[in-house]
Amino acid sequence: MIDSATLYGLTGAVLVGLGLFGFISRRDLLRRVLAFNVIGSGTFLIFGAAGARGTEGADPVPQALIITGIVVALAATALAVGLVIAHARATGRGTLPEDDP
Amino acid sequence: MSGVFFDAVLCALILAAALAAVAGRGLFRAVVFFILYGVLVATAWLRLDAIDVALAEAAIGAGLTGVLLLGAVARLARTGARAHDPPLAVVLTAGLAATGMTAVLGWSFLELPPPQGLQEAVAASLPDSGVENPVTAVLLNFRAWDTLLESIVLLAALIGVWSLTRDEAWGAPAGIPQHVRPGGVLSTFGRVLPPIGVLIGVYLVWAGASRAGGAFQGGTVLAAVILLAAMAGVLRPPRVTARRWRMALVAGPVVFLLAGLAGLGAGAFLTIPPVHAKPLILTIEAALTLSIAVTLALAVLGPPEDAAAAPSPDAKGEER
Repeated sequence: MIDSATLYGLTGAVLVGLGLFGFISRRDLLRRVLAFNVIGSGTFLIFGAAGARGTEGADPVPQALIITGIVVALAATALAVGLVIAHARATGRGTLPEDDP
Repeated sequence: MSGVFFDAVLCALILAAALAAVAGRGLFRAVVFFILYGVLVATAWLRLDAIDVALAEAAIGAGLTGVLLLGAVARLARTGARAHDPPLAVVLTAGLAATGMTAVLGWSFLELPPPQGLQEAVAASLPDSGVENPVTAVLLNFRAWDTLLESIVLLAALIGVWSLTRDEAWGAPAGIPQHVRPGGVLSTFGRVLPPIGVLIGVYLVWAGASRAGGAFQGGTVLAAVILLAAMAGVLRPPRVTARRWRMALVAGPVVFLLAGLAGLGAGAFLTIPPVHAKPLILTIEAALTLSIAVTLALAVLGPPEDAAAAPSPDAKGEER
């Protein structure tokens, strides 16, 4: 019987894959920012689930690192969104030049 | 048994929401699914017994990131930017790469050696840390370096956001001009929710010493209060040049650094002596909460865009 921590760890692995898929294949930049966030939270989930496998409850050290990571991810997302909007304002496009048909 | 069933359903929902956010049609819909995804992942953290992470994920992943992305969708719609579907070869290659990545990660997870967690080490030092919540102890005492540098990373990100300002808009209030319908839902909630939000935010910081919560969770809730009040027109978004707001931005890192330097007297940088640990950590947390709240709110509001509200060129650089 599969336990919960393993289930969440494997879900995290699939999330990283899903995010990577979107990050490579989608062309609109905002979607790529979104996909990047999915990669990030999948990574956190793998990390947190790995720390929750024991019988002693969730390990506080990964938890603290993940909280730090979540906050930094938001800051990076704000910067990325700012860049996407500035790019769209300058070029009128939401995609990179090499991705335009 | 029923617990594992619940987890399986939750994991399926998380994956479905992520798929809809990454690959579904329409940017707006993608963002809405991403917000839903944040709520579901927060629930997953609850199931993993990581309540502090769940609070952070709910406040940030589902809350602030949602506001940020919805705002971006609205602004991008105005530019009329549209993307075309990628060619099939790209989709197939990406799918292959993603499948490979998932397989490697999943296999690695299953092959991990049995956990030798740090629970015992943390529990053994907890009495010296000044707080009873082990996660807060790790964040503000045992691994204070991480948290100090993180607070500086937040500042760097905000400087990056501000550097995207056009010259003519510099000095204007942060973000786009907000227009609110008087008596509408937003203007009502903008007045009702902030006091409740302040209460919850401050409580989370205070409770974080002994229970779930802490500077990050509380600071994020306070950031949401600032954002809501700004969007509802109750609070005028601060000018990026306003000195008082800038002092609030650096308060956390400065207090943290000073506390770290004071630790030199006790042995090494960032050493927190057990006798002073509780008041010291609460002081750092209070300053950090203020800075996190203001930094995140300003980062989500974005660079100032309203050139009309900017001071005249010869007055630029002057403080208000």
